[in-house]
Order: sequence, then C-alpha cells, then structure tokens
Amino acid sequence: MSDTPATSLAERLAARFGDTLSISTQRNEITAELAAADLIAVATALRDEPGFRFSELIDLCGIDYLGYGQTEWETDTAAGDGFSRGVEGQAMGRFDWAGRPRGSGDNQPRRFAAVIHLLSIEHNRRLRLRVFCADDSLPVVPSLTLVWPGVNWFEREAFDLYGIIFDGHPDLRRILTDYGFVGHPFRKDFPLIGNVEVRYDPEQKRVIYEPVSIEPRVLVPRTIRNDADLMQAKAEAADHWREN
Amino acid sequence: MQEIRNYTMNFGPQHPAAHGVLRLVMEMDGETIVRADPHVGLLHRGTEKLAESKPFNQSIGYMDRLDYVSMMCNEHAYVKAIENLLGIEAPERAQYIRTMFDEITRILNHLMWIGSNALDLGAMAVFLYAFREREELMDVYEAVSGARMHATYYRPGGVYRDLPAQMSQYRESPWHKGKDLKRINSWREGSMLDYLEAFTADFPSKVDEYEDLLTTNRIWKQRTVGIGVISPELAQQWGMTGVMLRGSGVAWDLRKKQPYAKYAEMDFDIPVGVGGDCYDRYLCRVEEMRQSNRIIQQCVKWLKANPGPVMVQNFKVAPPSRVEMKEDMEAMIHHFKLFTEGYCVPAGETYAAVEAPKGEFGCYLVSDGANKPFRVHLRAPGFAHLSSMDTIVRGHMLADVVAMIGTYDLVFGEVDR
Repeated sequence: MSDTPATSLAERLAARFGDTLSISTQRNEITAELAAADLIAVATALRDEPGFRFSELIDLCGIDYLGYGQTEWETDTAAGDGFSRGVEGQAMGRFDWAGRPRGSGDNQPRRFAAVIHLLSIEHNRRLRLRVFCADDSLPVVPSLTLVWPGVNWFEREAFDLYGIIFDGHPDLRRILTDYGFVGHPFRKDFPLIGNVEVRYDPEQKRVIYEPVSIEPRVLVPRTIRNDADLMQAKAEAADHWREN
Repeated sequence: MQEIRNYTMNFGPQHPAAHGVLRLVMEMDGETIVRADPHVGLLHRGTEKLAESKPFNQSIGYMDRLDYVSMMCNEHAYVKAIENLLGIEAPERAQYIRTMFDEITRILNHLMWIGSNALDLGAMAVFLYAFREREELMDVYEAVSGARMHATYYRPGGVYRDLPAQMSQYRESPWHKGKDLKRINSWREGSMLDYLEAFTADFPSKVDEYEDLLTTNRIWKQRTVGIGVISPELAQQWGMTGVMLRGSGVAWDLRKKQPYAKYAEMDFDIPVGVGGDCYDRYLCRVEEMRQSNRIIQQCVKWLKANPGPVMVQNFKVAPPSRVEMKEDMEAMIHHFKLFTEGYCVPAGETYAAVEAPKGEFGCYLVSDGANKPFRVHLRAPGFAHLSSMDTIVRGHMLADVVAMIGTYDLVFGEVDR
C-alpha cells in the first residue's frame, strides 16, 4: 500500500505543507483539511507548483454536518411482545417550516464546510480539500475565484443552498433557487417540503405564493446499523455457500 | 447629438434554442455581446436533498432525470460511489453490460446533440435523421429495463437483470404489415445482442450520412469554424471536461486515464481537436460516435461468449431471486429488509466520476453509516461549462451565442439538478 500513487502524493503534500494540512487517505482518495485562512495560499501553490499542478477545480460543494450520525430508529429494549420501536427526533423530512429545529448548535461546534475536488491533468491525480467554517451563524470561506475562475458558479451554488459566504467573490448571487427565495434549502434544518408553494390565482389574475399545504412525510426511518452484517454477508459471498 | 446606448436583451427561458430552460440576459452593443448573464435554476428540483431523505437505491431513478439524454451514465456515477463505500465490485458480466450501455448512451446523447445543434443553426434534416437511430437504441433501453429513457437499470453490485434472450418484435397492425413488417422485424429475430450487432454493423454508414449533411457544408462551416475558440488554458481554468476540453487539444478522457468498468480492456481511440472552436468539437463528437460503436461491438462479442451472473451474490445489498424468496426463510428476510429499510453503507466519503457524454459526471457521496446518504453532491459537467459562457461569448455576435449553447451540449436537468 505504501507505494501507491495516492500515498506518495500524500507524502509530498505533508512534506510541502506540514501542519497546514491534516491529510487522510481512504480508498486511494486523499482528503486534506485546512483552515480557511490558509486556503488561498495553499490553493495557489497546488495550482502552480510543478509537483502538484492541480490545473482544474472539478467541484466545490457545501455540506452541513448538523445531525451527522444521528439515527431515528432505536431498538434498545425487548419485551415479550417484541422490541421497542420508536421514531424519534426531527430528522430530515419530519418537520415543516414552523417546526424546524432551532438553536441547538452546541453539540456540533462546526456545521458548515466547503468541500473542493481538484484534478491535476498533468499528473493524473485527484485531491479533496475540506474547509470548515468557524462560525455557524455566519459561515465564511475565502473565495477561490482568483485562483480558478471556474469556481464562480460552484461558490454561488454553495452560497445559495447552504448560506456559506465566499469572501471576495465578485458576484455572490443566488443561482439555483427562485428569485426572492428565503432561506438556504439544503441546510439540514430546512424542511424537505419547503416553505412556500406557488399557484395561479384566477381572482387576482397572477401567480401567488402561499405556505405549503403538504404534510411532512417519511416512509423509511433513518437507521444506522453496525456493518458487522455486511462483513458477514461478504464472508458468506466469499464462501459461495449458496452454490454448494 | 444623438446618444447611443447598449441595450439589454432577454433570451429564453421559452426559446427553442435555449435547450430547455436557460434564461440568458445579454447586454448588447448592436449585435455584439458585451455581457452575458445566464440565469439557471428554473428546473431545480433539489435532487441532492431528496436523495438525502431516501434509502440509497431509491435515488437511482433520480439520476436518470438529471441529464435526461445520457441516463445510464449518471446512474453509473452514483452506483459507483455507493460501491466504493460498500467495498463491493460488480461481476465481470455486469461490468461489460455497463460499458456497453454507457456507450449506447453516448451515441444516444451525441445523436440528440448533433440533431439539436444542427437545428439551432438552421439544418432541419439532421434532427429527423438522428431520431431514426435514437429510436433503435431506445428500443434497447426498453428491452433491458422496460423504460425507453428513465431506465433505473444499474444497481449497486451490478445491473438489475440480464440481457433479454429475445428482442421484442413489431406486431402486425394497419401501419406495419406485409413486407414492411418483415423489414422492420428483420433485426429482431434473435436476442438483444443480435439486434445490437446488426445495429453496430449498420451505424457507421448512418454517421456518414450526418457527415454528408454537415462536415463540408458551407453554411455549417460558416456558423462553426472559428466560433467560440477555447484555449487549453482557458478550458482548464473553467473546469471544463469531456469534449469541451478535448476539442481544445487536451487529450484527457477518464475512460483512458482513470479506467472504470471494462474500459481498460477495450480498444478505442480518443479524438482530440486542434483549434478549440465549435467545428472541432463537432468533429470530435462525430468521431466519438464511431468509437463508441467500436466499443459496443467488442462488448457484444464478449457478452455473447460469456454468460454469468450480473449481480453480486450478497443479499445484504442485492435482492435474492423471487423463487428463492418464496422457498427460503432467510432469503425472505433479506428481501424484506432490503425493500423496507435498505442497506447501511459504512461511514466515509468518496468521489466517483465517469466520463459522461458531456464531460466528467461525478458523484460526491458522504455516508454516516445510515441507510440513507448523508450528503450527495452531483458534479454536472454542464454546470461548469455554462459558467464560462460570459467569458467565451463576449465580443461574439448574437447568432454565435446559439452556436455556443449548442456546442456546450447543455441539458438543464443536470445544470439545475
């Protein structure tokens, strides 16, 4: 594993940037986490230095870590008539605009991050950068538009959907949502059913906005299971026990 | 003295050359573009958020509806991301089937592109011809999945089912009878692979027909040569991939550089442009159709010779057969769990990319170990390409904007997601 290309790139990154990047490698994919303050300097170096030459920014997206690892389906007690089954919490899709979760940011200090995927055409390498925003109520990341101009719309998208503000962006407008939209719809505390719906009102002879009329509904609860099941299944598949 | 001012013009969203729902606000100096501001998002459906609220398998169908002219390539990226995290690999036959259908999809996409681009620039006939072959390939989609476009055919761990042994035939009707019926059914006597073999033998002559109509056509060349020139540096700065990058002379194709499925075993060439204008990109795409045809031929040959499973035998991820389910208690439990709860994907993150017909289509998937994805981000090539619109078309004429929209090969299902 030590001589795979991804590892050697990880070593070179560690040698060049030292403590600025915290690097992890999984499945031959390198992820480097860094502070927002270092982003521009690191990005410029990654683009220009002959050992890296990440000439293309493939992707930038926002992510909201609120509720990461939370499960809704607990079976913790067993009785004669079966296990306890309960769907708990306000997970994705279970709340509307009025009942959206608010003000409980203390257990998850850093919610928002921008994830950047880079591609080096010269060296045929990929790299993932992750920048966490220090403040949940005003997430700010420096804009990369001067390093890779193509990031422009990706940053606008992350701003629109997650409310991450890209400092130095020349034209930080909403891009995917409607003109005059309120809120950042991909945040985990934004209801899946949305906030408003539109229809044509024949009396006023125009399209009007109204609060949504649909009920929040989730068909399959979110469950986290130990992947021991999966390991077992893998072992079984390896044995070809079914074919005997 | 009379004062002359620039004026602002609105193009779309209801314009036939806007390829769907592009609204383009342009500042014009006479007929010259001073500034172009594309407004997108009119087709935004929140696919990524919807995917976060559903078990993994239930979102495969959404992928078809992103870039709705290259359906299976989108599925491929999503399915590949899940497979990365699960640590499973599809059986060899499934990988050949995926390679074959990726290329069928590429031809479908390029036919749609050549037709609509020519139509935008004033050549009506190509569109009609292109749909002739599209119909034939859509029948292949229908044969494997039951749907002509939104197939939902790829699954984590393989494909939904094996290729059909009998290609469906036309029945006699007032519109198809006698000799005519015999002719349209002549390819459909055998299996789906026989049908594809007949198609691939015939298809290069059809590509020749499109080329007859366009390649040396004086009007076509006037509209495309030297229009929308993109230098290799500019293409890389703007995150361009696929033909947009290759048209500028950068030999970059994920099928060669980071091979997935069975592309490493395929014999095919990558066409590369020289000048980076609309005409070069046209030539690249036409040649890609011929190369895709070659790949399909190789896959058909292999698939005919090598039967085998098309889905992993791992019942935590893939359902057991109906027969097994009815006879075996354990199989029934697996089936029930899989269709009510789905499967849990180990925590982690991955980025899986495929060379979709329009460029690099990527899926960034974050799982926290649940049966639903924590975050899905879909990297659509059209989104990156369209963002460069303002830079490229500045100084061009209004009519060239239409040529440029055509050469970007935009589909708003993927731009807006």
